[in-house]
Amino acid sequence: MAQAITRFSIGLAVVALASFPAGPVHAGETTVAVAANFTLAAKRLGAAFEAATGHRVVFSFGSTGQLFTQIVHGAPFDAFLAADTERPERAEKELLGVPGTRFTYAIGGLVLWSADADLIEGTPSVLSDKALRHVAIANPVTAPYGAAAIDTMNGLGVLPDLEPRLVAGKSISQTYQFVATGNAPVGFVALSQVKESGTGSRWVVPDDLHRPLRQDAILLEHGRENGAARAFLEFLKGAEAVKIIAGLGYRVPDQN
Amino acid sequence: MFDAAMIETILLTLELAAVTTVVLLVIGVPLAWWLARSKAWGKEIVAVIVSLPIVLPPTVLGFYLLIAMGPHSPFTALIGQTLPFTFAGLVVGSTLYSLPFVVNPIRNAFEAMGERHWEAAATLRAGPLDAFFNVALPLASPGILTGAILGFAHTMGEFGVVLMIGGSIPGETKVLSIAIFEFVETLEWGKAHVLAGAMLVLSFAVILAMRLIETRFKSDLS
Repeated sequence: MAQAITRFSIGLAVVALASFPAGPVHAGETTVAVAANFTLAAKRLGAAFEAATGHRVVFSFGSTGQLFTQIVHGAPFDAFLAADTERPERAEKELLGVPGTRFTYAIGGLVLWSADADLIEGTPSVLSDKALRHVAIANPVTAPYGAAAIDTMNGLGVLPDLEPRLVAGKSISQTYQFVATGNAPVGFVALSQVKESGTGSRWVVPDDLHRPLRQDAILLEHGRENGAARAFLEFLKGAEAVKIIAGLGYRVPDQN
Repeated sequence: MFDAAMIETILLTLELAAVTTVVLLVIGVPLAWWLARSKAWGKEIVAVIVSLPIVLPPTVLGFYLLIAMGPHSPFTALIGQTLPFTFAGLVVGSTLYSLPFVVNPIRNAFEAMGERHWEAAATLRAGPLDAFFNVALPLASPGILTGAILGFAHTMGEFGVVLMIGGSIPGETKVLSIAIFEFVETLEWGKAHVLAGAMLVLSFAVILAMRLIETRFKSDLS
């Protein structure tokens, strides 16, 4: 009997130990809402951040508009990495964000991309092709990359002609998936999504053709007292993070 | 209260539900008949496949459809065009997704009929087709009506599959549920309320209609 109890206590101790992650004793946890275009970058930043600080960070991805709606409805996010400057600003104004914590963490690039290696020859000429079935974009109302795509087609004068052939993904991730599966022959996606793969064919859209894709972050009220959330935002500004962000095709503002 | 874009969305959704219901009945009635009457060994496997959408997340179905209807699939080669982002694509997706809601009640109705009526028809020298149209179909009509209403309503409310393969094209693939989703995301709650309220009333009417049909059917039997 005594032996059984001992064995049971050892078992309990093992379970208890196993449920504590290794790392500093003060490690905290934070949940961060991240715009879909920044998915890959965030995953890499998260791994580097966890290794450097021992904190744990959990991401929730979606379109900027979708995440903002969730924040308005009390989603338990500690920080918000948006794809624009407008929503973080609104979060601050509506007292959902902590004043003075807003900053630009990345400036995105837009690319016209096709999974077909021969379709785009470094120019936007494919957009004038009457036989082009669909052009995929992110929903221009909820996703800033979608609005930038509309700007671009407008600037090129091809928008009225393409309008009936536009298909909208709910976020830039879904837009990428429409193009990657070949269901849409071309689409406007984030440069960061195709920067490393080198597959297919592309035309990198010059920045002066669309509104700037400045992406702002803000600490949310829910994360005001969360040390891990503040540490993550600080980490975003550091040299290690900037290297990861720039490596995926984003520009990083000078003040960082 | 309703602007032009909302009316377009509502009409498109009704059109999708109507076309899908017709397709569902054309496929579903013979399929249900076969499932109810056949003694074939593999029929329960077919029944299980038909019922899969009840438990499968719509995203799974949408994901497979996106690939199956994409440019590199044998299905696309067969029909000669890709279906995602088209009305026809939504009809295919909605038909698969709503199939169990149509087939299962109709199958039950055929099974509840039993052998008696069928044998009586045969005794009166009715051919199998004659018996099917003049005996089986009228007797199963409450089940068929229930199936049709469920298929229609289920398609009206379909969201996941459409989100995966639709692309939100106004007048082509942007249906009610997608419009509501987008209004909520863009904080246009006034418009979201109007469409959501309309869906609520419709769903209530559908379930009420089914209850009434059931009650009438039971009183007919007794």
